[in-house]
Amino acid sequence: MEFQSCVNIKKEWDIVGARQLGRDVARKIGFGTVDQARIATAISELARNIYLYAGTGKICFEAIDDINQKGLSIVAMDDGPGIEELSQVMEDGYSTSGGLGAGLPGVQRLMDEFDIQSNPGQGTEIKVIKWLR
Amino acid sequence: MDQKLKDIVIEHSDDIVKMWLDDVNKKKSSDYTAAISDELFDSTNREFVNVIFSSIEKLGLANDITEFSERLINLGWPLSYLTDGMQVFRRVTSEYILRQSDQVDSDYFAEVLREVDSWVDPVINKLVNEYSGSWENIVSLQRVALQELSAPLIPVMDNITIMPLIGTIDTERAKLIMENLLDGVIKHNAEVVLIDITGVPVVDTMVAHHIIQAAEAVRLIGSRCILVGIRPEIAQTIVNLGIDLSKFPTKSSLRKGFQSALELTNRTIEDVQSKDEDIEKLIDSLNRE
Repeated sequence: MEFQSCVNIKKEWDIVGARQLGRDVARKIGFGTVDQARIATAISELARNIYLYAGTGKICFEAIDDINQKGLSIVAMDDGPGIEELSQVMEDGYSTSGGLGAGLPGVQRLMDEFDIQSNPGQGTEIKVIKWLR
Repeated sequence: MDQKLKDIVIEHSDDIVKMWLDDVNKKKSSDYTAAISDELFDSTNREFVNVIFSSIEKLGLANDITEFSERLINLGWPLSYLTDGMQVFRRVTSEYILRQSDQVDSDYFAEVLREVDSWVDPVINKLVNEYSGSWENIVSLQRVALQELSAPLIPVMDNITIMPLIGTIDTERAKLIMENLLDGVIKHNAEVVLIDITGVPVVDTMVAHHIIQAAEAVRLIGSRCILVGIRPEIAQTIVNLGIDLSKFPTKSSLRKGFQSALELTNRTIEDVQSKDEDIEKLIDSLNRE
């Protein structure tokens, strides 16, 4: 684990700030343009979820530099209302806000590892990792 | 008492100005002002201190502050120059008055500080207001300018209109895009609308959702929408996200999109080169005769 930097999500424009920082970090680690776009899109989805459902939260980036593999780990945290039906949220096409409902399942497909922890009333924490190949 | 203190300050203004200039000059080398030429720095300092004194004499009613700060704003001097200067003035003046007095008890001390504050604070307030007012003005102007740029619609040909999108799309902008698109389609009587997303850095589900909605709305009013400028990496993220864009045609570049728009409106691009050559041959043969 190398460095950690966080972006607070409070306004809609913080989403842009988060994904710009994420893209910069990804570029420094050595991801190509396609993976940079994937990472930026995933951050955009996670940050927008925080903005839409929790109001405020933060997104943290961490460069992973082990002997075996390099990668980028992104953690999205909030103290929002939490998610009641985790399995439903991970289904394509399920949305409570009239959107496409592709956000979280999309993030799972965009990234290599995906871990979500959420309890109603206790906020949500999503951790995703993209490995450098 | 008030008048007495003021008289002291005005009477000895030369000494105070000198102390103030010394102090401000000492600060110069260490910070932002290092890049400013000595001459300019000197003349600005002198003007600044004159403004301070005139505002003390006239109890802050002078227009000099407004004029002076407006000029500094235009020149791009930082606000901290002015606030630093006022703080130095506060310190120097209180010191000077206290040093001039024979006996100093705590009452007198408090009085002097209060009096000097009552000169300095209105000036600082006014300066900060001027500066923040000008910033707010700039921000609101830029917001308007950005809004004007955010969703332009270009009628390139009869029945064909292009909307080039550049930069991040947020909710507010998405609304504008929808409105401008529909208004423009009706106004220009467009059969085909090309939405160009070459300049959109990230297409996430929200952006895709808004584009799909806009295309659907365009379809409802009887026109067709083609999404162009989909870069390879964007195409991959759209597939990963599982977004269904099959309801309307998409193309990689504006050029290809424009070609299919021409086909949709039963038109083709024809080269005029060959005709030109024919005419040139004709002229050549005429010349030879």
